[in-house]
Amino acid sequence: MEIRNYTMNFGPQHPSAHGVLRLVLEMDGEVVQRADPHIGLLHRGTEKLAESKPYNQSIGYMDRLDYVSMMCNEHGYVLAMEKLLGIAPPLRAQYIRVMYDEITRILNHLLWLGAHALDIGAMTVFLYCFREREDLLDCYEAVSGARLHATYYRPGGVYRDLPLSMPQYQSSPWHNEKETAERNRNRQGSLLDFIEDFTRRFPAYVDEYENLLTDNRIWKQRTVGIGVVPAERALALGFTGPMLRGSGVAWDLRKKQPYEVYDQLDFDIPVGVTGDCYDRYLVRVEEMRQSNRIVKQCVDWLRAHPGPVMIEDRKIAPPSRTEMKGDMESLIHHFKLFTEGFCIPEGEAYAAVEAPKGEFGVYLVSDGANKPYRLKVRAPGFPHLAALDEMTRGHMLADVVAIIGTQDIVFGEVDR
Amino acid sequence: MNKVANYIKSLFLWELILGLKLTGRYFFAKKITVQYPEEKTPLSPRFRGLHALRRYPNGEERCIACKLCEAVCPAVAITIESEQRADGTRRTTRYDIDLFKCIYCGFCEESCPVDSIVETRIFEYHFEKRGDNVMTKDKLLEIGDRYEKQIAADRAQDAPFR
Repeated sequence: MEIRNYTMNFGPQHPSAHGVLRLVLEMDGEVVQRADPHIGLLHRGTEKLAESKPYNQSIGYMDRLDYVSMMCNEHGYVLAMEKLLGIAPPLRAQYIRVMYDEITRILNHLLWLGAHALDIGAMTVFLYCFREREDLLDCYEAVSGARLHATYYRPGGVYRDLPLSMPQYQSSPWHNEKETAERNRNRQGSLLDFIEDFTRRFPAYVDEYENLLTDNRIWKQRTVGIGVVPAERALALGFTGPMLRGSGVAWDLRKKQPYEVYDQLDFDIPVGVTGDCYDRYLVRVEEMRQSNRIVKQCVDWLRAHPGPVMIEDRKIAPPSRTEMKGDMESLIHHFKLFTEGFCIPEGEAYAAVEAPKGEFGVYLVSDGANKPYRLKVRAPGFPHLAALDEMTRGHMLADVVAIIGTQDIVFGEVDR
Repeated sequence: MNKVANYIKSLFLWELILGLKLTGRYFFAKKITVQYPEEKTPLSPRFRGLHALRRYPNGEERCIACKLCEAVCPAVAITIESEQRADGTRRTTRYDIDLFKCIYCGFCEESCPVDSIVETRIFEYHFEKRGDNVMTKDKLLEIGDRYEKQIAADRAQDAPFR
């Protein structure tokens, strides 16, 4: 009798395939011998698309790369443009960006935690995570008008300053005046008040997630010792972000090559020890707490320092609407910027941000025109997915799900 | 000592009881659910939903067919044709937005020099047959007319920031 490995297709329409991952698994019984990820099912040609339109028009497409950490992607793109233009946004804009980057990180890790727990079999955490996401998505909406695809960062700053009021719940047959007032309690003040209230509540929520998971024996059985990546392998495989830090390498772009105002903020970098799924879980949970700290510091700074959120250079940033309507030169600038955009001097630049999943980098080549000559996105998920084979080899089929989850794969950025 | 404590905790499923205590507390706690069709979550005045074309208070349409929105639209979702009217003003004869192409980035509203094209708070809409996805000038103006009060209030609230 001949015993042969069984080849199995996993995905692309599998709920734990996190989108459209297709894995061809070579199984020996229930043990994975080889995992072959097939990607490209969500390829939208973002990089090529960017070559055909003025710089600013691609900002909205950056949101759609890693569609759970929207503003971080915009940040990478905007930073690359600013590097080539040789401009720096006003300090207030930098703080707003950092604050929203960290809100994005919490958003991403909340979704990751909920989905990862759900994949492994813990239903409840998902619901609690989405409760907090709701508040943060309201912050997104309040500032940009969209709950996910914000299109909020611009080269030279951000589009609009933070609003001074929050929208409120209306009373309904389901909730009377008193209950509605209670719901609106944290929506009385400005957006900053709302965010500050969130930062006060959030650590207790993280305690709740940890309460449900950290000591839970089922959670530990599913994650401890699964997908172990030693530090040197993690470095060799090009890991970044929590995947690398989970293996014990204290590498974080916010500390190692600080951009914006990260060097003025006080936060710590959590690192793991063994590099298994459980360590990466602990790292991400702690990152949420640290992000919360950063958001709090940004709120305090932003409260004390009003000011412009966009540079005054009219060749890059459009004038305000009142200026545009009252002044011929401003109107000309307005028309120029919204039709032709701006030209970026010849050259090339690489700018990277510490996105929730790792190093999100944008390599921009300009030939002096008003659109990129070439745009290359360095997505953190890609090297992680490339290591899936190494991480899953010898594990059971059910652990593949845990490893896909721990990698925090999002196909928007892997396939681009 | 620690080992013994851990053993006892493990034996009596202590961490599972802690978790159950948490879910039990939420089981009896006040629900935060928003009962959707009857009540809605708050919407920001900056919300970017369905498009509308606005008119001036005297009933004249605002759009002057400058085609800035057409030029700035990253998804090339807007198509405009224009002509000179008998009174010498320039107005559109066709203003189509293909909602299948639109990515709701808000650039059209940002670019409009006369506050004509706007993105409203409307986020619940559907199409019944092919072709409904193209919002024509008439449809856009109708939305603008119907929601003008809300649209104007939202723009006024956001005016200091733009």
